Amino acid sequence: MATVGKTQGQEPSTNGQYKVIGTRPIRHDGVDKVTGRARYGGDTRLAGMLPGAMLRSPHAHAKLISVDTSKAEALPGVRAVVTSADLPDATDKIANLGEGSVNLKHLSDNVLAHDRVLYRGHAIAAVAADDIHIAEEAVGLIEVEYELLPPVMNVLDAMKADAPLLHDDIKTNDLGETADQLSNIATHIRFEKGDIEAGFAAADVIVEREFHTATVHQGYIEPHNATALWNADGHITIWMSTQGTFTARQQTAELLDVPVSRVKVVPMEIGGGFGGKISVYLPPVAAILSKKTGRPVQLLMSRTDVFEATGPTSGSTIRVKMGADSKGRITAAEAWMAYEAGAYPGSPVGAGAMCVFACYDVPNGKVDGFDVVVNKPRTNAYRAPGATNAAFATETVVDEICEKLKLDPAEFRINNAAKEGVRRIDGPVFPRVGMIETVEAIRDSEHYQTPLEGKHRGRGFATGFWFNVGLKSTAQATVNSDGTVALIEGSTDIGGSRAGIAMQLAETLGIAAEDVVPTVVDTDSIGYTDVTGGSRVTFATGWAAYLAAKDIQGQLIERAAKIWDCDVAKIDYKDGAVVGPDGKRFTFKEIAAEAQTVGEPVIGRGSADPQEPGGAFGTHLVDVEVDIDTGKVTVLRYTAAQDAGTAIHPAYVEGQIQGGVVQGIGWGLNEEYYYDDKGTMRNSTYLDYRMPTSYDLPMIDTIIVEVPNPGHPYGVRGVGEVPIVPPPAALANAIYNAIGTRMLELPMSPPKLLHEILKQQ
Amino acid sequence: MPTAFIPPALRKLTGDNDRITIEAHTVREAIAELEHKYPGIGARLTADGAIKPGLAVAVDGNVSSQGMLQKLQPDSELHFLPAIGGG
Amino acid sequence: MAKKRVVTTTINDRQVEFLCQPRQTLLESLRDVLNMTGTKEGCTNGNCGACTVLMDGRPVDSCLVLAVEAEGAHLETIEGVAPSDGLDPIQTAFLENAALQCGICTPGFIMATKSLLASNPHPTEDEIRFYLAGNLCRCTGYDKIVRAVLDVAESREEVSA
Repeated sequence: MATVGKTQGQEPSTNGQYKVIGTRPIRHDGVDKVTGRARYGGDTRLAGMLPGAMLRSPHAHAKLISVDTSKAEALPGVRAVVTSADLPDATDKIANLGEGSVNLKHLSDNVLAHDRVLYRGHAIAAVAADDIHIAEEAVGLIEVEYELLPPVMNVLDAMKADAPLLHDDIKTNDLGETADQLSNIATHIRFEKGDIEAGFAAADVIVEREFHTATVHQGYIEPHNATALWNADGHITIWMSTQGTFTARQQTAELLDVPVSRVKVVPMEIGGGFGGKISVYLPPVAAILSKKTGRPVQLLMSRTDVFEATGPTSGSTIRVKMGADSKGRITAAEAWMAYEAGAYPGSPVGAGAMCVFACYDVPNGKVDGFDVVVNKPRTNAYRAPGATNAAFATETVVDEICEKLKLDPAEFRINNAAKEGVRRIDGPVFPRVGMIETVEAIRDSEHYQTPLEGKHRGRGFATGFWFNVGLKSTAQATVNSDGTVALIEGSTDIGGSRAGIAMQLAETLGIAAEDVVPTVVDTDSIGYTDVTGGSRVTFATGWAAYLAAKDIQGQLIERAAKIWDCDVAKIDYKDGAVVGPDGKRFTFKEIAAEAQTVGEPVIGRGSADPQEPGGAFGTHLVDVEVDIDTGKVTVLRYTAAQDAGTAIHPAYVEGQIQGGVVQGIGWGLNEEYYYDDKGTMRNSTYLDYRMPTSYDLPMIDTIIVEVPNPGHPYGVRGVGEVPIVPPPAALANAIYNAIGTRMLELPMSPPKLLHEILKQQ
Repeated sequence: MPTAFIPPALRKLTGDNDRITIEAHTVREAIAELEHKYPGIGARLTADGAIKPGLAVAVDGNVSSQGMLQKLQPDSELHFLPAIGGG
Repeated sequence: MAKKRVVTTTINDRQVEFLCQPRQTLLESLRDVLNMTGTKEGCTNGNCGACTVLMDGRPVDSCLVLAVEAEGAHLETIEGVAPSDGLDPIQTAFLENAALQCGICTPGFIMATKSLLASNPHPTEDEIRFYLAGNLCRCTGYDKIVRAVLDVAESREEVSA
């Protein structure tokens, strides 16, 4: 049967060890996706469905004095109008969402503003009407009285003693100790290792730099959506695109103050997420509109709403200081990191602080991290949240140290590499990890070995790290009489994961991937499953599928024992067959047919909470050409090496790497939230929020290194997030190599680069 | 015996010690032991009998989903870290 | 609100009549009036290409075409690409090259590719990248999409050779 073709880049080494793992079957949901039959959230159509529209604040910071919806309600065709008054009062409760926690008062306020608006785009009210145009007209008739307040738009301004305060209840929290005064700094984090002063005293070269990165968005092509039905029996169903049906259910239930059992979330196909579709915005609003109208209600965000009112990732200011001895060994490293949280606390500064020096064995270290609120939309996860900002800073400083000491960047990293036994500055010791292998893979690559020629051309090298998470997943598998298996799981499929999960089940049972039919189901149909994110699905849901397969093996052995009338202990499951004494053997197909007639149905159950996801490292190499008259950077060649543990479906591992790299390229070269002094984002369209197009890029070469994760039955390491970490740093180092201009700010867009070039001349 | 690593912010409670040898078999026992030795430290790490939101417990390098129930081996390392989320 | 108009057009070789308000776009009419949801909405102002359909052979962003402009036109959408038995070679190439991850941009890319190969059966990589620059993808980094298109072009060459 047809398989996915091979691409450039090294073929992973698992070939031979497994039958299904490492091959490239066509994804099970592929035909629906190339024919337009797949139904995404916005494609949901229910009888009697009403469209809805939202009123959003035009101001970045203001008190809401009054909201008058009477004219909107009076417009013919309007069925209901809701504001925060229609949501139950949220307590200051912190809800555990499985992955991270959220303050429900903040979440509720973000969904519909109560007494103040904290960013332009902050939702205030919603209208359901007979058609979308009437709903939008009605939104325009809602009268709001604002008292404007001065906006604060970056961390440095927000941290000043006299800065306007966004909240009247935030005081800096330092691991449980709360300061006395109100502040925009919600949290302070600190890590320390060794003796930082002695470390710098022992250094022969010290580099210290300050960096700034702009707010950037995940940029998924599909806007947020939710369709809700609040049924007459009190049951609420939400059809939506989400990265986590169970977290969406929990958030919605908490905000509506109903038991989770009354909310069912049905996962439609999802058009990209990258971390930005975990927090809920629309479901509770659609639900109360449905309650008021007695009809299903659909809310769709516009692209402007997506930019202005969902969760981009933090802009930041980071200072990194690093010292090394003349032999090129790091003696000390220090970082000061302030991350934008947006309107409510919760930036990924903690992860950033843990990642900033994670690629290196640092004997003496100190990291200070600050979570700072500003008048921008509340940040949300974006692929390895916090790590890209940190890597931009550290890898630039490392590049300078290598230059000063005249050391090869690959050798420097190998000599200082994080590896098994190295203790991170934040405390834990690394288990077996693959950083050195990825550096060597780049060093030995054809790209690295090929000299770069040409004017204003340069090459850049950078490494990155991300944790990956484990969390919980469930799977259920039914054996059909024709020797196929129906696999039910709850991990919404963002990138082809249902195929990788099916493949792990198939491998365990010794059947073909095509003989597994995977389906992603709603929250009533499968056990609790954590988000599709954190690079966890192939790892953890794959594990649940593996367990379901082992369960099936056990049941089939018992069934064979019955049929052969012999002891279970004499029977084994091997190579896709049940093998008994005296040469007795059933293939999976045969026993599946028998099992249909002899005894109860065979269903496999898998419930996983794996604890050892393993960390992931990536090393990248990029060649660029700089146009010194315009500041434009052209990416000539890109190679990314990454440790995937075991590549279950190599084409999709390659795809994750390539996709993450290109997001990183956009982050590095062009993307930013551009604000005016009123706190309005001036570029909230795809035209001016400039993401890479096919014409901006070369092919992205990938090298999959496989250092199997000892903590997984098939050695899987998560792969999805690490690829976005090194690119901005690699590009910055390449630009320096090309024209001697050291960029300390992201994005390194033409106007900014040209400015630096002209300064230098 | 397991070792509990003390975050910098809490070291003024432990007389500047950055690691404490403990006898506990679970995270719950470990925190109780630390509280016994250094009163006040428990309230910085836990709330309502569970690890505080925003905080994670890592045992031997792995963030544990078992929270207070996580078992400790004789040579385990116990770290308190910011809870992180992926994307 | 203006009275609805009747638009008569050909969609995927079938004559279709539908009602629309003058202010409705072709995208809206396809998705909400005709329930043809294969064409996707990504940005509503012509910057992402997810809504690409062919109008008299030309690729257009249907979010920028008023529904009434489709009167008398020959439209092709993703729903009409596959033959009655199987898939179009472009669709097969996308699957075999893993040229999609979330798949939301895929219908738009397939329509743009159809148009490209109709006018340029053997494009170079550079020509493919230029032609498809109006279609945004955030998941794949475009590498495998470009390979898929090269793949179709190559196999057409073999067939005609």
